[in-house]
Amino acid sequence: MSLDRVARERLVRALAGAVIEHADELTSLDQAIGDGDHGLNMKRGFEAVLAALPGLADKPLPDMLKAIGMTLVMKVGGASGPLVGTFFMELGKALPEQPSRADLVVATEKAIHAVKARGRSEAGQKTLLDVLVPVHAVLAGGGDAKAIAIEAAQAADRTTPMLAIRGRASFLGERSIGHMDPGSRSASLLIGAAVETLEFEVNT
Amino acid sequence: MSSLRPGNVGIVIVSHSPKIAEGAADMVRQMVGDAVPLAWTGGDVDGGLGTNVAGILEAIETAWSPAGVAILVDLGGAETNSEMAVEMLPEDRRGRVLVCNAPVVEGAVIAATESSGGSPLAAVKRSAEEFYA
Repeated sequence: MSLDRVARERLVRALAGAVIEHADELTSLDQAIGDGDHGLNMKRGFEAVLAALPGLADKPLPDMLKAIGMTLVMKVGGASGPLVGTFFMELGKALPEQPSRADLVVATEKAIHAVKARGRSEAGQKTLLDVLVPVHAVLAGGGDAKAIAIEAAQAADRTTPMLAIRGRASFLGERSIGHMDPGSRSASLLIGAAVETLEFEVNT
Repeated sequence: MSSLRPGNVGIVIVSHSPKIAEGAADMVRQMVGDAVPLAWTGGDVDGGLGTNVAGILEAIETAWSPAGVAILVDLGGAETNSEMAVEMLPEDRRGRVLVCNAPVVEGAVIAATESSGGSPLAAVKRSAEEFYA
C-alpha cells in the first residue's frame, strides 16, 4: 500500500469528517450511558487534527499517524483522548512508510494491545475494543474493505445488548444494557472512513 | 502553587470540575499548610467539565518534588489522562509520579498530611489508598 501526500490528506479529511459529521449522534449515545461529552470531545480533537493540515500530510505515514495520536491525546480529553490517541500513536510506531497488508495486520494488533493496556480492558466490556478486536480478526483473515466496514458497523451494533464493565457506563450497571457504546460507534466511524479511503490505494 | 519545602512529596489534584479541584486544594492548604508542593487542574481544554493531559502535565511540573508526586483523581477519564501524562514525562521523572486509587478530596488531604511528615512517595500513596479500603 502506497499512500502519497494527496492520499494521506484525503485519509485525514475522511477520518475527521466522519467524526465531526456524527458528533451529535455520538453525544446523544453518550448522554444515554455516559457523561454526554463524547461527540464534543472527539469533534474538538479532530478539528485540531484538521487544523494541522496541510503540513500534517507532508509527514511520512508513520509520523503523520503519531502526530494525529498526540493531537487527540492533548485535545480530546475524557478517557477517549488517551485511548484513541494511543491507538494512532502506536499504529504510527509500528507501521513502515510503505506498509503491506501484513504490516497493517501486525501494527493494528500492537495498537490494540496498547489500547487494552491503557484502559486496562479487554473485549467484552462494552468499549471500543469490542469493535477493534473483531475488525482486526477480519483484517487478519483477509477480509476486503467492504467486509471490514461491515464488521465495524455490526460490531458497534453488538455492543447495544452488552453490560458495561469499564468506563463511565459501568456505573450504570444493568442500565447500560440496551444502548450502543459511544466509543464503539466512533471507532466504527473511523474504521469505515479509513477503509473507504484506502480501498482505492491498496496494491499489496 | 509551590512549596518552601520541596523535599516533601508533591500532591496533584485532578478533577473533571475545576471548582472541585480548587476546593480540594483549598482544604489541603487549610489542613496541612504550606509544607507540601501542591497543584490542581480540572476541566477540558475549552473550559468545560473534563480533564486534559496538558493541564495535568502542567500541574505535575508545578507540584514537582525530588521526592516525587502523588496524583489524586476523581472519575475514569481523570485517571486515564493522568496515566497518559505520567507516561509522557521525561524518563527520569516517570517513575516518581504515582496515581492513587483513592477518593479525590479525602485522598488529597490524607496524602498531603502523610507527605508533610516527610514520608516517601510509596507511603503517601498507601495512606491515601488505605482510607479508601
